[in-house]
This record gives sequence, C-alpha cells and structure tokens, in this order.
Amino acid sequence: MTGPVDAKSHAGLTVQSLTAGYGGEDVLRGLSVPALAGGQVTALLGPNGSGKSTLLKTLAGLLRPRAGAATLDGLDLTRLDHGERARHVVYLPQSLPAAVHLRVFESVLVAARASDAAAPPVDLPAIDRLLARLGIAHLALHYLDALSGGQKQLVGLAQALIRHPRVLLLDEPLSALDLNYQFHVMRLLRQETREHGLISLIVLHDLNVALQHADQAVMIHAGRLHAAGSPADVITPQALAAVYGVQARVEACSKGRRQVLIDGLEEHPG
Amino acid sequence: MRQAASAAGAYRHILRRRAGLLALLLAAILFALLIDFTVGPSGLPWRELWQTFVRPAEADATYRVIVWDIRLPSALMAALVGMALGLAGAEMQTILNNPLASPFTLGVSSAAAFGASLAIVLQLGLPGVPAGWLIAANAFLFALLAAVLLDAVARWGGMNTSGVVLFGIAMVFTFNALVSLVQFTASAEALQNLVFWTMGSLARSSWTTVGVMALAFALALPLAMRQSWKLTALRLGEDRAASFGVDVRRLRVSALARVSLLSALAVAFVGTIGFIGLVAPHIARRLFGEDHRFYLPGSALVGAVILSLASIASKNLMPGVVVPVGIVTALVGIPFFVSVVLRRQLP
Repeated sequence: MTGPVDAKSHAGLTVQSLTAGYGGEDVLRGLSVPALAGGQVTALLGPNGSGKSTLLKTLAGLLRPRAGAATLDGLDLTRLDHGERARHVVYLPQSLPAAVHLRVFESVLVAARASDAAAPPVDLPAIDRLLARLGIAHLALHYLDALSGGQKQLVGLAQALIRHPRVLLLDEPLSALDLNYQFHVMRLLRQETREHGLISLIVLHDLNVALQHADQAVMIHAGRLHAAGSPADVITPQALAAVYGVQARVEACSKGRRQVLIDGLEEHPG
Repeated sequence: MRQAASAAGAYRHILRRRAGLLALLLAAILFALLIDFTVGPSGLPWRELWQTFVRPAEADATYRVIVWDIRLPSALMAALVGMALGLAGAEMQTILNNPLASPFTLGVSSAAAFGASLAIVLQLGLPGVPAGWLIAANAFLFALLAAVLLDAVARWGGMNTSGVVLFGIAMVFTFNALVSLVQFTASAEALQNLVFWTMGSLARSSWTTVGVMALAFALALPLAMRQSWKLTALRLGEDRAASFGVDVRRLRVSALARVSLLSALAVAFVGTIGFIGLVAPHIARRLFGEDHRFYLPGSALVGAVILSLASIASKNLMPGVVVPVGIVTALVGIPFFVSVVLRRQLP
C-alpha cells in the first residue's frame, strides 16, 4: 500500500494526512486512507466522535480542511469550487428533512437541478426509472412530510443517485430503518455501486451489517486511521478492544457468516 | 391516491394545474383591484368612475382627483405591497427555516419603521441621500440590519426555531420602544404624521411610490425566481443543499437583501402592515407545495389578494371612514398567527 507512486495509485478516492475540525479543535488528525476503488461499498467504522462525519463533511466540501489533501482520480477535491465538486461528490447527512411540503418526485428533481455547474439535463422519465429501481415508485406523488423515516431515507438515496455522482458519502443511512429496510437499502446500495462504478463510503454503526454487506472497511479512531481492508480483516477482537473498548468475539455462524458478539467492556480501554 | 401509470406524466399534469392556479390568482387580483377601485367614502357611482377613468380630461376636477390621485394609486399600492410582503415572507420562511418568520413578526418591519421615523421626525439619515428618499433609505438600512442580525442569530447562535422567534419579538419590542421615543420628542405636526403612518395606511400612495414599489418588485421577483431551485433545495436541509452544489451562504445573503428591500419600501410608503408576509406563504404552501418556482410567485399573488381584500374591508368597516388597512390585517392576521403556533410543534 505504501509502494512507489504510479499512475494507478491516482485512481479512486484517496485521503492524505487530512486535518480538519470545528472551532479550535481538530477532529481529524492527519488521517490517511488508502485509495478506495470504484464499484465497492466501503464501511466507515469508528466510535462516536472518532471523526467519521467530519471526514464525510470534509470530502463533501462542507468543512474546509486545515491540512492534507483528498484526491479523486488525481483531482484535488479540496481545491475544487462548490459547484464543481458537487458534480463528483454527493453527501447525505444523517438528519432527515423535517416538515417539507414537496412531492417525492419533485424533491428528486430538485436534487438534480440545484447546482450551478452545467450538469446534464434530467429527463423526467429517468426519475421514474430511478424510483422504480429503489422500490418507491408508488410513493412518487406523496408528500415528503407524510413519509416514514425509512421511506425518507430511500428518497434521500434517490436524490443522491439522480446526480450521477462518482463518490457517494452516506452518514448512517440505516439509523432510522427497521431490519427489513436495512437489508433492502444495503442490497440496493451494493447493486447501484457495482452497476455505476460508484465509490461508496458509508458510515455504519452495526458491525454485523458491515461484515455482511460491505466490500471494504475503514476503521478510524481519534481522528486517525486504525485499519483498512476487507471487513473481516478490519473487524477483529483486537481492533474492537482497542477502538471501542469492548471485549468481543468474531465467530462464524451456522451458515458460515462472521458475526460480532460483545461479551463486555474492556477493563483498560485503549 | 390514484396510482398514475407514470409519475412523470402525473407530475407534468400537476405543473399545469399549478400554472392554472397562478392564473386564477392573477384574475382574483384584477377582480379585487376593480372592487377596491370602485368603493370609497365619496361613494362615486360606477358611471362617473368609468367616465373619469377613460376620459380624465373631460371629467370634473374633483372626480379626477378622486379617481386618478386617490383610488387608483392606493388600489394598485395595495396589490403591490401585498405582493412584496408575500414574496418577502416566503423567502424569509425558507431562509430561516421558520414557519413564523415574516418581516412583521420578526422585527424587520419595526426596524424599518424606526429608521423611517428618524427621518420623518428628526430628519436624520445617511448623508448624500436626497431629502425625498430619506425615509426609504433609512427604512432599508435598518431593515437590512435587522435581517442580518436575525440571520446571524439563527445561523451562528445555533438557536432553534422558537429561539429565533423570541429574538425577533425582542427586536419588535425594542424598535417599537425606540419609535415611541422618537414620537415622544416629535412636534405635534410630525406626531400626527407618524401615528397615522405607523398604523399602516394606503391613503398616501402616489404614482411615484407606486412606480418605485413596482420597480422593486419587478427587480426582486426575477432574481428570486432565478434561485428558485436552490431555495427549494435549501428546504431539504442546509447540508444536503450544499452537497447538491448550492452555495448556501450566497443564497442567504441575496435572499435577505431582497427581503430587506421589499419590506423597507413597503414600510416607507405605507407604514407597517402586518401579517401579510406571514399568512400568504402558508396559504401558498397549501396551494402549490414548496416548489419555489410556484411557491414564490404564489405567495406574492396571495399576498396581493389578501391586502386588496383588506383594503376593501377597510373602506366598509365604518361608514364614511377609511380605517388604516394595517389595523384590518392585524385583526385578521393575529388569529392566524396563533393557529400556526398551536398547530405546529415548534422545536
């Protein structure tokens, strides 16, 4: 991973020594992440306050980094202006829109038309097809403020995907969802990511979801990288002890899938 | 809900319906204007009104004054100020993400009134501004100050919706107290001027003020419409809008400048007319949803209809007397304000 720089290492999304934060405090402290490739869902893991949301906001341009760089296919994202960056990167925050009297269909249209940059024009049937792909075509003419949390989450996904981003940043997209929706959304994300070669970086709290659905995992701790690689390599009892301060086992279930089982708290965390 | 074969087709149908609704509102304004034009304390009959309107040169001089210098400008002013306040209120509610926001409820109008009263009573104002524009310039300056302050509190103070409303109410009280202070020091003649004007009245509209108001609205509406997609995106949340490529800071600054201009001119020309900017956006939201391509002009047109109707009512409440229209809009608006507070669980 630390081999000589060649053309290939420019491909994908890389984060190099990124430092960013709020007020006087740094949340990311020189975070570096190995290149994330297109077509893969990467789970972004870490305890509360470790810098997951800060990383997404910095990549999305909502937060200006104090040092370091983030590049997309060799392009320095931190130097792009607002509209230009929005053509490559879409970020969905954790919070869901509150009381908004907009129809689902038009809220997706708005997402496509909002930016200055000369984005390709959206034809209305494309929105039809996208909503159908996400399984929410029947909600197209419903008002956003009448939807459940899970439905809003799926509409958010439609808003992101209609922009045809290269990088998809999602902050806890499963937080409002029941088990059925969680599975549905993760399966869709994986499918969209593969089909369109997206670089999807998704904050997940449920490690078992990450083990089951993610292609890659990145675990950060106190603003620095703890581990990156396949979910099975990243989510280990040692990492869980060091990063989350819990005693845990990672064991195969009767179907051979890995599961995290928490036994208790570490006596001496960290 | 009926399941359409294609949502895109159904959506196109919805857009056509909304355009039709806008046209209907426009027709309602014309109708209200006509009635507003025909009623008044002088009780001129239809025939005379019409004759004076189409052939002013041949008409009686008194009729000419009534029709051309009183009825027409004040009827047009009602519609224009209604449009201005409707648009300003709609943009304010979006920018501050607050259903109780309007120039009147959050102190922008009061600030403008204070600025104007400084000019009316003390002739205090920016150096270099011609005397005739002192009131308008002062009103704009103070309105802008109040709007920026509100935005700063909502944004940087991390205040929630109710907090911003309370801050706005504090501004209303402060500026009203300051206006009272100015009144206290005023001469009897200036006081008369000021009291009448703080009630909000269309009676002093002239062709000049009608022209300026129309110009300001003609400037503000296209600028707002150019940002209508961005404003709609802002309704989805600030972070989300930013991630969709909206420069949120620029959007807020330009919207606040428009809000300040429109509410300041309204205050400078007709005094403080309350609640139009609060009520119109809520009705427009019900009629059009929050696609700002329709919501913004819709709110402006609804504002015009309401103020025209209020103007008609103000001439009919007491026989032979035109009640200041601000009193009418307040009496109608306050129950509405309370119902918004009760219906919405504000954070």
